[in-house]
Order: sequence, then C-alpha cells, then structure tokens
Amino acid sequence: MVANLPACVGQKCVGRLSIGSDSPRLSISEAIVFNGGGHINHSIFWTILSPTGGGEPTNDLASQIRLDFGSFEDFKKNMIERSSAVKGSGWGWLGWNRKTSKLEIVTTQNQDPLEATTGLIPLLGIDVWEHAYYIQYKNLRAEYVERIFDIIDWINVA
Amino acid sequence: MDSYVAALEAKLAEATGIKINQMANAASEGAAISEQTDFIKNIVISDGKAQAGIRNPLIAKVLGSIKAETGQDLKYELPKLGYEYGQLEPTICEEIMRIHHSKHHNGYVTNLNAAVEKLAAAERAGDVNAMNQLSEAINFNGGGHINHTIFWTNMAPNGGGLPTGELADQINTDFGSFEAFKKEMCAKSAAVKGSGWGWLGWNKTASKLQVATCQNQDPLEATTGLIPLLGIDVWEHAYYIQYKNLRAQYVEKIFDVFNWNNVAERFAKAKK
Repeated sequence: MVANLPACVGQKCVGRLSIGSDSPRLSISEAIVFNGGGHINHSIFWTILSPTGGGEPTNDLASQIRLDFGSFEDFKKNMIERSSAVKGSGWGWLGWNRKTSKLEIVTTQNQDPLEATTGLIPLLGIDVWEHAYYIQYKNLRAEYVERIFDIIDWINVA
Repeated sequence: MDSYVAALEAKLAEATGIKINQMANAASEGAAISEQTDFIKNIVISDGKAQAGIRNPLIAKVLGSIKAETGQDLKYELPKLGYEYGQLEPTICEEIMRIHHSKHHNGYVTNLNAAVEKLAAAERAGDVNAMNQLSEAINFNGGGHINHTIFWTNMAPNGGGLPTGELADQINTDFGSFEAFKKEMCAKSAAVKGSGWGWLGWNKTASKLQVATCQNQDPLEATTGLIPLLGIDVWEHAYYIQYKNLRAQYVEKIFDVFNWNNVAERFAKAKK
C-alpha cells in the first residue's frame, strides 16, 4: 500500500468524482483512497496496540464512554458486534464526532479512511480484513475482535 | 455514459440508504432494466427520508439464480463437494477447503435460510419495507451460497490443462488466445479491492465471453446480467493460510485445478 501511494500522488489527481473506473482520473483517485486509506488506517492501528495493553480506560475517556454508551461493557459489546458484522473487508472504529461532541461506533468498508469518509476522528480501530486474523483465528472473526481488547493501549486512545 | 450512470446509481444508494443494484456496465436485458426503473420510480421521499414503495427486484433475482443453479427454493442446503477436502492439494490445501466449505459456505446457507424465513413472514404481513430491509442480507448470503456452489464445481482433483472444443474456440474469438484470457482473468481477479470474486461470464446480449469482477458476495448474474461460467474466490479466506498475502500467485496456481469440462457444460447451457 505504501509502495503504491507515491505512484498515484505523483500524477495530477482530482477529488473523488464517482465509483467506476473506466476513466484514468477516477482510477487514480480510487487508488489514493484505497492505498492512502490503508496507510492511515494501519498507521493508527499499530499505535493503539501494545504488549502492555488491555484493561480498561480511565479518567476523561472512561467518563465519555460511560456518557455515550452507558458503560464500558456496553461499548465493548457494541464494538465487537459492529466490527464482526462488517460484510467483506473493512474496519470497526471508535470515533469522535466533533459536531455532536459524542463518541460513536462506526464501520468502514475496505480501506476507506474514517475521517475523510465520515468526518469522525479515529480514536481506536479494529482491522477486520481476514488477513488481520485468519492465520490464527481462521473464520472466527468474532473471537479475534473480542480477544484484541487484551492488547488495546488505552493511553494512546485517551 | 456508463460511468455517469454508475455514479448516479452509487449516489442514489448512498442518499437513500436503499440497496440499489448497480446495473451500469451490465449485460442486462430489457425486462431487468424496466423492473429496476419501476423500483427506482417507486422510491418515495418525504421529510428527507427515502422508502422503497415496491419490492426490490434484486431479491427475486438472487433467489431465482439460486433456484436455477441448485433447484433449491425457500430451504437452502450446503452442497456436497464432488471430491475430498485434501484432493486439490498441492494447489489448495485441505485445511482451506475444509474451513471454506464447512464454515464459510455453511455460514452463508444458515444466514440465507434465516433471512428467507423473515422474508416469508414480511410477505405474509404485506410489509414491503420489512421485505426490502432484507435485500442486503439476501444479496450477501444468497450471493455467498450461489458463488461457492458454482466454485466447488469449477474445480476437480484431475483438473488443469486447457479447454477444448467450442469453449476453446469462443475464448480465442473473444480474447485472442487462452494465454490472453488467463492473463486478464488473473490480473483482474488479483486487483479486486477488498473481498470479491473474479469471473469468466457469458454476455447473452452481446454473445461474447467477458471477464468481470464483483465485490463481496454480489452474485454475478443478478448484479451484471452476465452468466457465471468460472469463478475465482479472492476473499482472503480462500487462500491466506497457504499463500498468505500472495493473492496473485494463488490466482495463477488455481488454473491447475480448473475443471474445464464443467466450464464447457456451463457455457453450452448459457448459449442456449
């Protein structure tokens, strides 16, 4: 993905006009969303994981989660359900909605980057592309999504 | 013009939240187009909300394709493979085949049955809205069922080699040569963004073979009008345990197990 990105940034690119790639301009912007999104998404992902992760968030983040979801358990349940239910490849996100001042759980398809696609600020992402878990968890995506909470770096998310 | 229509379809689907079948670039016939036109015309927009007024034609299309392929209607079943899980080695390992068939495909069948049961209940209640809310689940799980059903038959333990007879002739006519067809099939299948399928399909209106790709489990015929002859599953679950990230390598090697007799049979049927 990172290898593919400079190639298309080097050319003159137009903003995303539509889906459908029989025009060279359209396929360039599609490639940017896909590879650029892949780059952003994974860059964020590596930072929200840690060997010393797990446990629960504290302070402001914990308060906000309780405010917007009722409890950490409700947030976790919701996050697991929504992420597991992505049809095909994509991501589950905990995002910040600046307009409503609320936390939201949202999913995106393929490598669509959260902020560019929805306006939400990405705080925590779970990669549910099969490559993220298949070798170890096989078809058991829901199990992977639950277990990954054991290594979430809540300090980074906060 | 096609990309303009595709753009309109995509934007309409996004704006309404309704599963609008993307028919641009499709080899769809007049009836399918007028059905889709009716569906779009009957979308009611009020108070900034959109609601489909009539049943989404995609539902009947997907269920119809499944019936034509499997004979199944209302109650769907996981088909048996024509070979043991380990018999496609070394091309596709036993573990992949076992999980792919008994877990992934089986999952689609289970979820399809659940969706169709809800559909029947909605139909009994005359609830068009409830029926249409099932479009996505039926498309996804129904597509998963039909795609994999075709896929298992496209492969065989003594597969590989080259097609012969009328199929070989048609490939030469429409692609120039078998090598050119294989190159296009591999390139397009490998290039799918995310999960999806590569297909060799028959275009009835143009009387020619075409390579096409679909996202996720979108079934080829219901989505594009092309008749599926040969599919390559490029969801990562189809190859990751063995080929890891080397999708292009998997897509090339899978030609070693293709059952050209099956593809030829499908071609003969499609041409009628």
